[in-house]
Amino acid sequence: MSTSVLFDAPGPRARARHRLLTLLGLLLAAGTLALVLWKFAQQGQLEASMWRSLLLPEVWTEYVLPGIRQTLAAAGASIVAALVFGLVFGMGRLSTIRPVRWVAGTIVEFFRAVPVLLMMYFTFTLYARNNVFGVDFNSFYAVVTGLTLYNGSVIAELVRSGVHQLPKGQSEAGLSIGLSPGQTLRSIELPQALTAMLPALVGQLVVILKDSALGTAITYPELLAQAKNVGTAYGNVIPAYVLAAALFILLNYGLTVVAGRVERRINRRGRAAGGTTTNAMPGAPGGTGAMPSTGLGGDNVQNLDPTSTGR
Amino acid sequence: MGEIGDILAKYDVLAAFGMTVYLTVFSAVGALLLGTVLAIMRVSPVGVLRSLGAFYVNTVRNTPLTLILVFCSLGVFFILQLNLEPASSPTFLRDNAIRWAIVGLAAYHAAFVCEALRSGVNTVPAGQAEAARSIGLTFGQSLREVILPQAFRGAIAPLGSVLIALTKNTTVASIVSVSEASALMKVIIENETAGTAVFLVFAIGFVVLTLPVGMLFTTLSRRLAVKR
Repeated sequence: MSTSVLFDAPGPRARARHRLLTLLGLLLAAGTLALVLWKFAQQGQLEASMWRSLLLPEVWTEYVLPGIRQTLAAAGASIVAALVFGLVFGMGRLSTIRPVRWVAGTIVEFFRAVPVLLMMYFTFTLYARNNVFGVDFNSFYAVVTGLTLYNGSVIAELVRSGVHQLPKGQSEAGLSIGLSPGQTLRSIELPQALTAMLPALVGQLVVILKDSALGTAITYPELLAQAKNVGTAYGNVIPAYVLAAALFILLNYGLTVVAGRVERRINRRGRAAGGTTTNAMPGAPGGTGAMPSTGLGGDNVQNLDPTSTGR
Repeated sequence: MGEIGDILAKYDVLAAFGMTVYLTVFSAVGALLLGTVLAIMRVSPVGVLRSLGAFYVNTVRNTPLTLILVFCSLGVFFILQLNLEPASSPTFLRDNAIRWAIVGLAAYHAAFVCEALRSGVNTVPAGQAEAARSIGLTFGQSLREVILPQAFRGAIAPLGSVLIALTKNTTVASIVSVSEASALMKVIIENETAGTAVFLVFAIGFVVLTLPVGMLFTTLSRRLAVKR
């Protein structure tokens, strides 16, 4: 039973080879794990007391839960703001008025090219120096500003490419029944484009959640910063980071699964955007072009438009 | 403008961007190698290798880069004391910070390189793989001779996006005290008054670094795309 077109159903020799490779793979995994554990043990990181202190209620009430709350607060505020920013500037880029298009395009391209952390350093210094939001909130707003400007620009690109992907007949139909270009955009093109790009949009939300960890660089007390505090307070840096990593992975993996569900659901409906529900945005600059979600590479190749990579 | 000129003359901005480029180049090579291995694992006929590859990609991709780098620096280097530069070296701390940052950046972006390559493999029509099989090539041979050459050419655009993201992500190394561009900018805007102008200079620096890369990869992806 060959499940992939890349290889035949294995014969006796191939099966022997596969068994050998399986063994090697398992050895590699076990070896890595053993090396890590051995190194941990060597430096006394496996002491039960170190890990047990993670179970103390005050570790959770004082550090971990507030950390999760702060991470979610920053991510949530950034998601809302980035969606608004993205819609406004995405529509700006699609405007029929040339200066509006030009201004929106410049802003979007600029903020997409600038590293998020650079923006956070800058806005944090700016807010802190002028004490814009009060001592306790400057770092929060710096995180939100940085995440919003970058991810909002990415979403603006998604909006734009989503609309460009629609068949031309859609806007022509809108115009021919007497709607203005703005009305056509708002009531005909955007609703379809938004549905088609929903998976990419949810993917971007994962990016926002993950990037909120950058706040640790500007003293925002999110989950990672709190893990560091736990490590300092209880002398168990490595267990604390392992816990933080597990929590981050759980949160992000949850969102990724949601993204996959949304995409499958839309594909099942199979009518959005003139039948072109690809999981990538071909119109995005440097984009990957449409790619089927199954193919030689196996199922579920993740959406890889430039916007969702590396972050 | 004079003020900016004075400030920039006082600090070695070019050296800081040099460090950004250095981090980018070495992490990119590492990520490409590891990512290719991962991609091969993920399309291989061996179930265990496929699962290992998928596990790596899903874990790494859902972990914040900040956490990976902090773990490399604080956890692996300071606590587990794994040195990538002998302790006798005069630049022991600095070099270890840089090298562990490169390891972390490469490990993180390898997951994205792997996915980019898989999307490249997806651009290869099934007929190519079937043809390779029907003339009797083994999995390794068909991968080497038929699939991967086309997959790399089909994956150029997403690989370019990964490289651009990597360039920008090197700023995260500033958190683990590598003195690259964003770390220098932080120092400057904390000590000088012309914050906005300095920010613009550094931001434009990154635009200058990433824009040509983006254009190059877009051109390459068009030029090298397999005609079908």
